Amino acid sequence: MSIDLINLTNVIISGVLTGLVYGLMALGLSVIFGVARVVNFAHGEIMTIAMYAAVAAFAVLHLDPFVALLPIAASFFVFGYFLQATVIDRFISRPQHSQFILLLALAVIIANGLLIIFGADARHVQLDYLLDSIEVGSLLVDRGKLYAALVACGASASLFAFFYCTRTGTAIRACADNRAGAKVVGLNMKRLYSIAFGIGSSSAATAGCMMILLVDLTPGAGPSYTLLAFVIVIVGGLGSMSGALTGGVLIGVSEAVAGLFITPSAKSMASFALLIVALIFRPRGLVVRRA
Amino acid sequence: MNRRQFIRSILCSAGSAFAPFHIVRAQSRKLRIGVLLPKSGLQGLIGQSCQKGADLAPAVIRDLLGVEVELLSADTETNVDTARTRAERLIQEGAHCLVGAFDSGAAASIAQVAEQRRVPFVINIAAAPQITEQGYRFVFRNFPVASELVTNGLALTQDLFRATGTAPRTAVFMHVNDTFGQANARAISAVLPQLNLSFKLLDTISYDPAANDLSVEVAKAKTPKADFLLLVSRLNDAIVLRREIVKQRWNIMGIISPGSPGMYENQFYQTLGKLSEHCISNVPWYDPKAPLSKTVEAAFKKLNPKDHLRFHALNVGYTFESILIAADAYKRARSTDARMLTEAIRQTEIKTRMMIGGPIKFNAKGQVEGNLSACIQNQGQKPVVVLPATAAEAKPVFPWHDYKKA
Amino acid sequence: MKQRAILLLAGLGAGLLCLPLISNDYVLSVAILFLFFAYTGQAWNILMGFAGQLSLGHSAYLGLGAYVAAATYFHFGIGPWASAWLSITLCAALAGAIGALAFRYGLSGVHFTLLTIAVAEFMRIGFDHFAWLGASGGLFLQVSRRDQIDLLNLRGTPIMFYYVILTLAGGALLLSAWLSHHRTGYYWLAIREDEDAAQALGIHLFRWKLLAMMVSAAMTSLGGVFLAFYYNNLFPEQVFHISRSIEMILGPIIGGIGTLFGPIVGAAVLVLLADGSTEILAAAGWDVPGLKQLIYGITLFVAITFLPQGVWPAIARKLKVSK
Repeated sequence: MSIDLINLTNVIISGVLTGLVYGLMALGLSVIFGVARVVNFAHGEIMTIAMYAAVAAFAVLHLDPFVALLPIAASFFVFGYFLQATVIDRFISRPQHSQFILLLALAVIIANGLLIIFGADARHVQLDYLLDSIEVGSLLVDRGKLYAALVACGASASLFAFFYCTRTGTAIRACADNRAGAKVVGLNMKRLYSIAFGIGSSSAATAGCMMILLVDLTPGAGPSYTLLAFVIVIVGGLGSMSGALTGGVLIGVSEAVAGLFITPSAKSMASFALLIVALIFRPRGLVVRRA
Repeated sequence: MNRRQFIRSILCSAGSAFAPFHIVRAQSRKLRIGVLLPKSGLQGLIGQSCQKGADLAPAVIRDLLGVEVELLSADTETNVDTARTRAERLIQEGAHCLVGAFDSGAAASIAQVAEQRRVPFVINIAAAPQITEQGYRFVFRNFPVASELVTNGLALTQDLFRATGTAPRTAVFMHVNDTFGQANARAISAVLPQLNLSFKLLDTISYDPAANDLSVEVAKAKTPKADFLLLVSRLNDAIVLRREIVKQRWNIMGIISPGSPGMYENQFYQTLGKLSEHCISNVPWYDPKAPLSKTVEAAFKKLNPKDHLRFHALNVGYTFESILIAADAYKRARSTDARMLTEAIRQTEIKTRMMIGGPIKFNAKGQVEGNLSACIQNQGQKPVVVLPATAAEAKPVFPWHDYKKA
Repeated sequence: MKQRAILLLAGLGAGLLCLPLISNDYVLSVAILFLFFAYTGQAWNILMGFAGQLSLGHSAYLGLGAYVAAATYFHFGIGPWASAWLSITLCAALAGAIGALAFRYGLSGVHFTLLTIAVAEFMRIGFDHFAWLGASGGLFLQVSRRDQIDLLNLRGTPIMFYYVILTLAGGALLLSAWLSHHRTGYYWLAIREDEDAAQALGIHLFRWKLLAMMVSAAMTSLGGVFLAFYYNNLFPEQVFHISRSIEMILGPIIGGIGTLFGPIVGAAVLVLLADGSTEILAAAGWDVPGLKQLIYGITLFVAITFLPQGVWPAIARKLKVSK
């Protein structure tokens, strides 16, 4: 089995770039779960709606996803905010399995709604530069992936700025770190949860706009993204933003390398193995030891 | 439909659902065929494609055989449990015969129901060999099993190379890792040593059907620097692969499928445009020169004015033929009694057919031997028969337009 | 009050026993599905309803149990009554391993759930590549005479399968009832309500949670054995898939977690909903793909929002059989 270095490097670069986009999606989940403690099993579906929105914007308004990104991200912030404030809020105090079923029901409604509206055909954004690769010496870098990864980094950077440089951002972080303390200090929990959900949806939507450059879209795309987001968040460390990005890159690279060395159809086993290992050895920020 | 009609049909439905006895209707002069297809779920699109073949059948069969056929349709939802209950339901509603189910798992479930209830079941499309190896007496299949499919497909590559005067020495084999892909892969490794082909496989790479990103797989496939790609895929992954080949600048003579869906389907052309050109699929197909094909094409055009038969060739063709088999048997048996109908199906010998191959004749296991494949190439963004020469509509092009001689 | 409950239960039992005599094969096939979900729901309920752990990877036990039984029959000709013991042992061992890992390291809530999902997915992909068991091509059991009843090898008519699954479901109900009145059940309830308090009272959390995992897994594996012999073909994509896990837990959650009859009522509601909506949509002539699942999702949403405790407690109050 001769795996040449060029091939390996190409594959690793590809893994890193895709991993950054996944990381952005997982970042959204980390915010939602870390702050509002909502097990958002509809996260992938939210991203899927955004992907359809990007496709529609391209088909009807001829907007490049990079441009459509801003209005889509903004509208999904609003969507997430209101979803949390109206529907999900009454489930905050309910047991986790209730939350899970609620979000599962939402996911089913969204996925089938999309199926009915858009049909089962796979959708794609057809841009010529997406078929192009940039040559760096003897390495080939997928142009679409590079641009998508750059945007993902940019979006993450602005999120970092928000969380560390603004008052609301700091309040949200406080809420995630110490819930009881936040309440004591008098923070408006409900409003913070809604903002968190809005931000989470918005990052999922941004990741979606980037993802549509890389993959084909079908109505059933949601669940695998949801699962991936959870795996990344756990591996990277819950509540940690850099953790989500690192986790994304780690998963992206490990799957790519696994695909190269073992049979590619089993490459997802790598991420699940990584998850199991992470759950056992617990990166910082996980549950307090019990039993 | 107004409210009264709706309520009445619900009550009728409930009545027949719960009737403790099998609804015994007077010997009808119509043959009721239950059509089970995946119209939603993962294989929804293909099921809907097959349904077009079912929809046009009654009119064509009325003209051809003078027999009245009534279709009862059900959606298997690409789910094994649902396939089973729907099959029972259709039999409960009075289906004399079942037809379906595209997916091997669903077909296996329905086969058991058919066997249990002693109702004949004619499979339109399903490649898993085990279904006709179970010793069923009521199950029939008019579709090549994986080994036949693959043997025909690989043999056609030799004809292709001969016809185009090319001699590729090596290939890389990629296949999707699901029921269908694995059955084909297994068949290929069994059949390859006996066939004495002009090329050899440098590597075999299986990939996840749900994978969105096949860059690693293509990177791996590029490594041995083979002449062409032998591919067993489904539709979405074929599209992703084709794009990835461009992105990674993989210089191959072309893509040949020894027998799988994907590259000849409408979506492939619509999504890839020029990139779809010259991909080759060696699959069962209808003979465009056969008179029955022309009849079916006309009927298809009437029901689907904006569509073309060639984009649904396999699905429509085999679904239509399975209903034809049932109707032909009914005409000979002159009865809808299950036993007589089944015996009549067993004695089937239909020479006027639309799919390429010998007459429709079942062997002892209920399998039709002699369904042949044709070499279908994408030309002008539509599937065109290029081999065998007797059924050809155009000349094959190999290597494809993208190939740069080293 | 108790008399009423027993009367209702007896009535239900009698009805189910006589069902094959008065119904047709279609209703029977739906009833088998209902009992199957009722059974697996009861099994899952032991872990969730009693011990409070949300497992979304129960398809791992279903699949492992199914494949073990099918493989021993396919390769060695050993009947299900013997191989069931092997299924149970292996599944209990798997559950024990997962539980040991999880509870030792203090995983709970979503982390535990994710671990279970990861294990099930790992097995799905693994079995997809396991050639000896058919890999993704599937494992097909030889189906011989279907009109003769061979109970030893579970080959026979749907009526035979009906009574087998009815017995299993009944057994699961009795087991759950017995456990809930037994010391074990009370310990589990205490753990579910408040782990810290339970520990303070001296309940050995690790041991009892592990027991719940293993009992639940063992029961689920028998469901897998039934599945293998009823359908006669197994594909990793279908039997280990996360949608199977979700399917198994919908019944108890809708019906009422932690209750004895919740899983049964929930299973009934879901099966009726699934088949009922198909019928209604067919009657109305609305052949839109995805519409049925959309209705399913909306009903789930409504159920979980307005009946958070489940359908059964609400019905029980109406029927005046609740404590």
